[in-house]
Amino acid sequence: MKKIETVIQPFKLDDVREALKAIGIDGMTIYDVRGHGRQKGHKEVYRGQEYEVDLLPKVKIESVVPDDRVEETIKAIVESARTGKIGDGKVFISDVSEAIRIRNSDKDTAAL
Amino acid sequence: MNRRTMKYLPALALLCFPAAANAQDGVDSGDNAWVLVSSALVLLMTGPGLALFYGGLVRKKNVLNTMMQSFIMMAWVTILWAVYGYSLAFGSGNAFIGGTEYLFLNGVGQEASGSISHLTFMVFQLMFAIITPALITGAFAERMKFTAMLVFMTLWITIVYFPMAHMVWGPGGLMNAFDDGAVPCLDFAGGTVVHISSGVSALVAALYIGKRHGYSSEPMLPHNIVLAFIGACLLWVGWFGFNAGSALAANGLASAAFVNTHFAAAAAVIGWLATEWMRDGKPSILGGITGAVAGLVAITPASGFVTPMASLIIGLLAGGICYFAVAVVKGKFGYDDSLDAFGVHGVGGTIGAITTGVFASNAVQEGSTGLLEGNAGQFFNNFLGALLTWILAAVMTFVILKITDKLVGLRVEKIDEIVGLDIAEQGEEAYS
Repeated sequence: MKKIETVIQPFKLDDVREALKAIGIDGMTIYDVRGHGRQKGHKEVYRGQEYEVDLLPKVKIESVVPDDRVEETIKAIVESARTGKIGDGKVFISDVSEAIRIRNSDKDTAAL
Repeated sequence: MNRRTMKYLPALALLCFPAAANAQDGVDSGDNAWVLVSSALVLLMTGPGLALFYGGLVRKKNVLNTMMQSFIMMAWVTILWAVYGYSLAFGSGNAFIGGTEYLFLNGVGQEASGSISHLTFMVFQLMFAIITPALITGAFAERMKFTAMLVFMTLWITIVYFPMAHMVWGPGGLMNAFDDGAVPCLDFAGGTVVHISSGVSALVAALYIGKRHGYSSEPMLPHNIVLAFIGACLLWVGWFGFNAGSALAANGLASAAFVNTHFAAAAAVIGWLATEWMRDGKPSILGGITGAVAGLVAITPASGFVTPMASLIIGLLAGGICYFAVAVVKGKFGYDDSLDAFGVHGVGGTIGAITTGVFASNAVQEGSTGLLEGNAGQFFNNFLGALLTWILAAVMTFVILKITDKLVGLRVEKIDEIVGLDIAEQGEEAYS
């Protein structure tokens, strides 16, 4: 099993969810987060004073998928979240050693 | 009892109880009604108007503390006013301060004061005494102890506001243009008494207490401009009571003040936004509402003395100049007037005092003329009145801050400032 963590532009959330649904990935956790990568921030002006706002609102999606579904999941996410501009976000993949469904104690891929 | 007899009851009462009727002789029901409504409108300016305006401009950890600083004035100043404030402001004392005859509102009843009841006059003036200290709180927002704020404001309203109100509007006051003042200053609704005094005191307070922790290293952005917008629009509406109510009658002068108030606010929105758009590239909501308040401040002393066209000019000037004060001057000198109480009220009030001396017109109030109608003396007196107010406010505020600092300490602990004053001072959170 792999955990796929994706940080995207907030307005792309619906597109990504549609794309994941289309390939049958149903489980996910979504966070409202703030951050920046290369994009840095943008300028805001309040009463003539300029401020650098460098932590921008982003959405983070976490999803754990079986090993054999990792490639298509990443493809779906990257294609649906891409605008081609700086600030589109990133995908991180890591190993997950165990998974348990609380309702009936299903283990690992059966729990996903 | 049928309707017809009901109708004659007041007349019957007059016949039976002449003494009761005499108590209200000379009170005009229309005038009295308008000034009562105006009193309510002026209270609306403090809560929720100013509380929302200021509350929206601070960071979200300080919104309740900021609103409380305005709201508490509605309660605390009322008590001070009832006990001794009204007497010190409007009792007949000397040129600087009122006497003791109205202590505990002794002798303040339904009898006529002009064409309204004395109680109406008293409560209308109270609403001004409430909002004036609340305006200052914008300068030291997000860092002053609540107890220090209470001590400071109690001293400030006693030593600065009550004497100022007496000098400009009270019987025999030094700057009272309508009661033989030595420096007859035209101030219709409080340009000097309310706005210069609070704005200059705000600057001194911001300098004395120092910058907020992290100022200039981290952005301190308004947490909710929607709240500030609602507050500013309520201020605009309430200001009709502030200025048009200051005619103390429902007459043509009230209409003139009403129109002038609205025109100046409108022009100041345009003045601020045009300047901002040219300099910063975008017209902002925060700029628009700040401009409106600047225009309302500037027209306050002028509203009962100038024509609608002059009001447009005053508004445009106030919008542009106050933008400059806030966007450029503040940055240059580096003081942390958190919510621009000085930039808007001190600067706007001074523009108002001076332009009143320029534009006052015989056509609006007979006998009150300014520079443009050949009365250079009035221009000079208004300038001098503004200068006196600057000096009094600055010196006394400095002394009061020293005393308050010695007594209770002005500033919250650094950790409390970081956590936020809502939790540290009020023990609650605005958004959970």
